[in-house]
Amino acid sequence: MIKLFSLKQAKKDGESPRTGTQKKASAAQLRITKDINELNLPKTCGTEFPDPDDLLTFKLIICPDEGFYKGGRFVFSFKVGPNYPHEPPKVKCETQVYHPNIDLEGNVCLNILREDWKPVLTINSIVYGLQYLFLEPNPEDPLNKDAAEVLQNNRRVFEQNVVKAMRGGYVGSFYFERCLK
Amino acid sequence: MGSDYAHRKWCHLRKVLERSGPFCRPDFEPSPNTLQFLSENCKLLVIGAGGLGCELLKDLALMGFGQIHLIDMDTIELSNLNRQFLFRQKDIGASKAEIAAKFINTRIPGCHVIPHFCKIQDKDEAFYRQFHIVISGLDSIVARRWINGMLISLLNYEDGELDQSSVIPMIDGGTEGFKGNARVILPGLTACIECTLDLYPPQVTYPLCTIANTPRLPEHCIEYVKVMQWPKENPFDCPIDGDDPQHINWIYEKSNERAVQFSIQGLTYRLVQGVVKNIIPAVASTNAVIAASCSTEVFKLATSCCSSLNNYMVLNDLDGIYTYTYEAEKKEDCLACSQIPREIQISNSTLKLKDLLAILCERVDLQMKNPGITANVNGKNKTLYMQTVASIEEKTRENLNRSLVELGLRNGSEIMVADSTTPNTVVMKLKFSTSTTDIDML
Repeated sequence: MIKLFSLKQAKKDGESPRTGTQKKASAAQLRITKDINELNLPKTCGTEFPDPDDLLTFKLIICPDEGFYKGGRFVFSFKVGPNYPHEPPKVKCETQVYHPNIDLEGNVCLNILREDWKPVLTINSIVYGLQYLFLEPNPEDPLNKDAAEVLQNNRRVFEQNVVKAMRGGYVGSFYFERCLK
Repeated sequence: MGSDYAHRKWCHLRKVLERSGPFCRPDFEPSPNTLQFLSENCKLLVIGAGGLGCELLKDLALMGFGQIHLIDMDTIELSNLNRQFLFRQKDIGASKAEIAAKFINTRIPGCHVIPHFCKIQDKDEAFYRQFHIVISGLDSIVARRWINGMLISLLNYEDGELDQSSVIPMIDGGTEGFKGNARVILPGLTACIECTLDLYPPQVTYPLCTIANTPRLPEHCIEYVKVMQWPKENPFDCPIDGDDPQHINWIYEKSNERAVQFSIQGLTYRLVQGVVKNIIPAVASTNAVIAASCSTEVFKLATSCCSSLNNYMVLNDLDGIYTYTYEAEKKEDCLACSQIPREIQISNSTLKLKDLLAILCERVDLQMKNPGITANVNGKNKTLYMQTVASIEEKTRENLNRSLVELGLRNGSEIMVADSTTPNTVVMKLKFSTSTTDIDML
């Protein structure tokens, strides 16, 4: 057991150590630095950091090279909070997309972004999760119910709708902006 | 105040502090000075003036501590009054820290409580460094992690050895309904908040597709309004404020509509409040037990009269009383407290960033592959270079040919290095050799 302070010792206000003070990086900061430095992106994905000094805010661009969404370009915004990795980053899809698991406001239904997030997961895990959504859209857990129904009932019509949306045009009553590469 | 009164007031404390006993710590020296130290010199910081805070403050003040700072950003609400006994109905809307301090200062002569009506993040290192012991009664993990990080950043290392006089112990209390815990944290020496972060249960979340399409619970309806409808309609042009009745009302109405639509029973205004604000029922007696345990630990640390709790006490008084104490272990790769800065010798103040990178990759004990370097320069995070991310590499490439001094780094500056060869980001302290420091000072 150590003796932390002697009884007579009074602490002085604002006394700074010899080397001068420097703000220490937070645990979230240290962890995200590691995550970003070790990003191992598939060739279909890229990142964009508007401010390289802010590793907590960035965009992920996915350009699928196979599947329904081949040829499209989809932008996701990432916001990493001070409680990372105890809490997952907030991810939104900024590109309007006709997709069963992404709604028209950009909400993404991916289990590891919410209920199945674990601190051992990394930004890379999320990138792979998002990429997978484009390869295997999942009509079982829909956010865009209409798209999910079409995918379940008629894959050909779904495929045509995806192409229509990516070229820029109406699917049903909703107008999608062009997002081809 | 008669001396007789003062004598009688502390007579029980004197029996503990002025006599030795079989359970005392070996280094304990009975002395009348100890009581004086508590009332005049020992500076405490209590974080949080809520359920735990009121109890803590009362306990500590009645235990002889006379120099207490109290910090809390909250104001008093009606629903606090059943257990936060330093507040009255007329105090609603006022600062918790200020009212609590006023109450104690009036009620307990000789005790000086200084309130700080602000966030803990508003105070700097110089503020926190003045305290002997920090006691937290918080309801937030973010705030716990912040103060934990702050106390760790105050540690001084000399040649990799911790200077024990820079250790400020933190006594952390927490309650949730009938459960609670009290723990003693000696930053740098024992398990810290970050070491045991996995112990906090994850927040309850529901799959987005469930709340969007197949809601079954009233909570699903509330979550739907909270995460999907609010951002879309943005009724008040601001983020949700759980303390604003207008906001809660809007969410209540919208989620009720949804509950009716899906024939879901049990949606009430209180439930909406609970889900939005993440309210956990507070039990006054649990707070009292945990605060008593925390205060006792403060007393033991300040007086050395007895060994400290080692180091994590859990309490469950739902069904009788269950309690258990164990030693939470320090995590070897803890992101907060295992970061003993490694020293890197810099021989020349004109050394360029690319030369530093070369050192990191070539030194036999490092042999890094693709180090990404960040630093905190003048209070701001700066990414100095990161080769692995194209968009960052492009924007930081020009730093490679700048000298470390040009980049704002000095003798003693710390850099954060992430590399695939290490499990965590490593903190390194630059040590300019003496001759260059002299030049630097000219």
